[in-house]
Amino acid sequence: MKDMSGSDRVPTILLSVAGLMLAASPWVIDTAPYEATMGLVQRIFYYHFPIAMTMMVAAIVCGIASAIYVFRRTERADHVAVAAAEMASLFGLLVLITGPLWARKSWGVWWVWDARITSTFIMWMVFNAYLLLRRFGGPGSEVLSAAVGFFGMVLVPFIYWSVNLWRTLHPNTTVVPTLPVSMGIPLYYCWIAFTLLFVGLMVLRARLERSRVLVERAWRAVEE
Amino acid sequence: MGVLQAAWLIARKDLTVELRSRELIYTAVFFALSCLLVFAFAFVGERTVVENAPAGILWVTTIFAASLALGRTFERERQADTLRALLLAPIERPSIYLGKLLSLLILLFGIQVVVVPLVGLLFGAPIFRAPLLLGGLLLLGTVGFAAVGTLFAAMLQRASSRDVLLPVVLYPVTLPAILGGMQGTLWVLAAEPNYELARTWLAMLVFFDAVFLTLALWTFAPVTSE
Repeated sequence: MKDMSGSDRVPTILLSVAGLMLAASPWVIDTAPYEATMGLVQRIFYYHFPIAMTMMVAAIVCGIASAIYVFRRTERADHVAVAAAEMASLFGLLVLITGPLWARKSWGVWWVWDARITSTFIMWMVFNAYLLLRRFGGPGSEVLSAAVGFFGMVLVPFIYWSVNLWRTLHPNTTVVPTLPVSMGIPLYYCWIAFTLLFVGLMVLRARLERSRVLVERAWRAVEE
Repeated sequence: MGVLQAAWLIARKDLTVELRSRELIYTAVFFALSCLLVFAFAFVGERTVVENAPAGILWVTTIFAASLALGRTFERERQADTLRALLLAPIERPSIYLGKLLSLLILLFGIQVVVVPLVGLLFGAPIFRAPLLLGGLLLLGTVGFAAVGTLFAAMLQRASSRDVLLPVVLYPVTLPAILGGMQGTLWVLAAEPNYELARTWLAMLVFFDAVFLTLALWTFAPVTSE
């Protein structure tokens, strides 16, 4: 409770900047050249890719925080982990919505069982499992879900690797560094906006979790 | 007492309990049979089975039956209130994990001994085409699934609504092992078998099993301590 006044503004500032940037993003994206083969629908890429990357970051943050909680039992790590897991679930949902919209236009189908899409789907399932376990697991489920988060993070490369062996179709990762500058600027702009949004929401959610634990503890102390 | 010796004692205890009641093996095998029956309505067309379906039927049945068995092995300890005693025993934590895993694996292989020939018989799968390769794929895939499954089942013992949560948590996480086993089996049983690919999946499974076992052994002690 002591550090409320100073750092209180940090998430507000982050979220305001992210909100303004995202509100302005259609105009920034409009400066990018018109992609010849895919046309207007290609522009969803400027949201799809940064959101996917943010989901990845959220998954890694959740995994590391969960590992710290499993082996060290640091409470703060648990609060960060649950916030990050919710972010992974939220941004994963956005990826899985923007992806099919784009796929329908450029590939002609809503869904393709290709390596990256399938691994993203599996990863999203892992972090949803984390949240379900936490929500319905009863007392003590923090440690259990932390083990799932830790496992989930470590398994990401293996899931990707095995699914990749199964099939491949998605555009290659090397597409980003080779983008022309005119396409790169809006992409990085959106990436920064989504990262700010992610960090802002994370800080808020972790703080909320901390308050929740404190309230619960106080309530238990009163009851006893 | 060594870790492996203690693990064997725990596994033998579990198997003795199981042999006396035969509850798990009977229910799991019967459940597997029901699964096969349901699959028959989905994948059997005009007297013939849909191409490549037997590998999927075999693995989905195995995994369903395994989930059932997984929930029960620890439920037994909980009902008799012996899990705490087991955790308090003066042995290394990993030996509890290994013992549980070993007894579970023996049980799962028992189920597979029934399910695999039935898939061959009922769905016309050529199970004797490459018996060693198929056996290896089944063994390693099951080990991968059970390695994580034992850890999660042990963890979930203290959780409420554990029966629902175990498959929800387990399936996405163990997917590499399921995928490897299923794909390898598919290439062995396919109309045009590809042993090269099946062996690639076998090699992948060795790797996955090593990763799963290491991670599970590593996390078992911290997640089971209060």
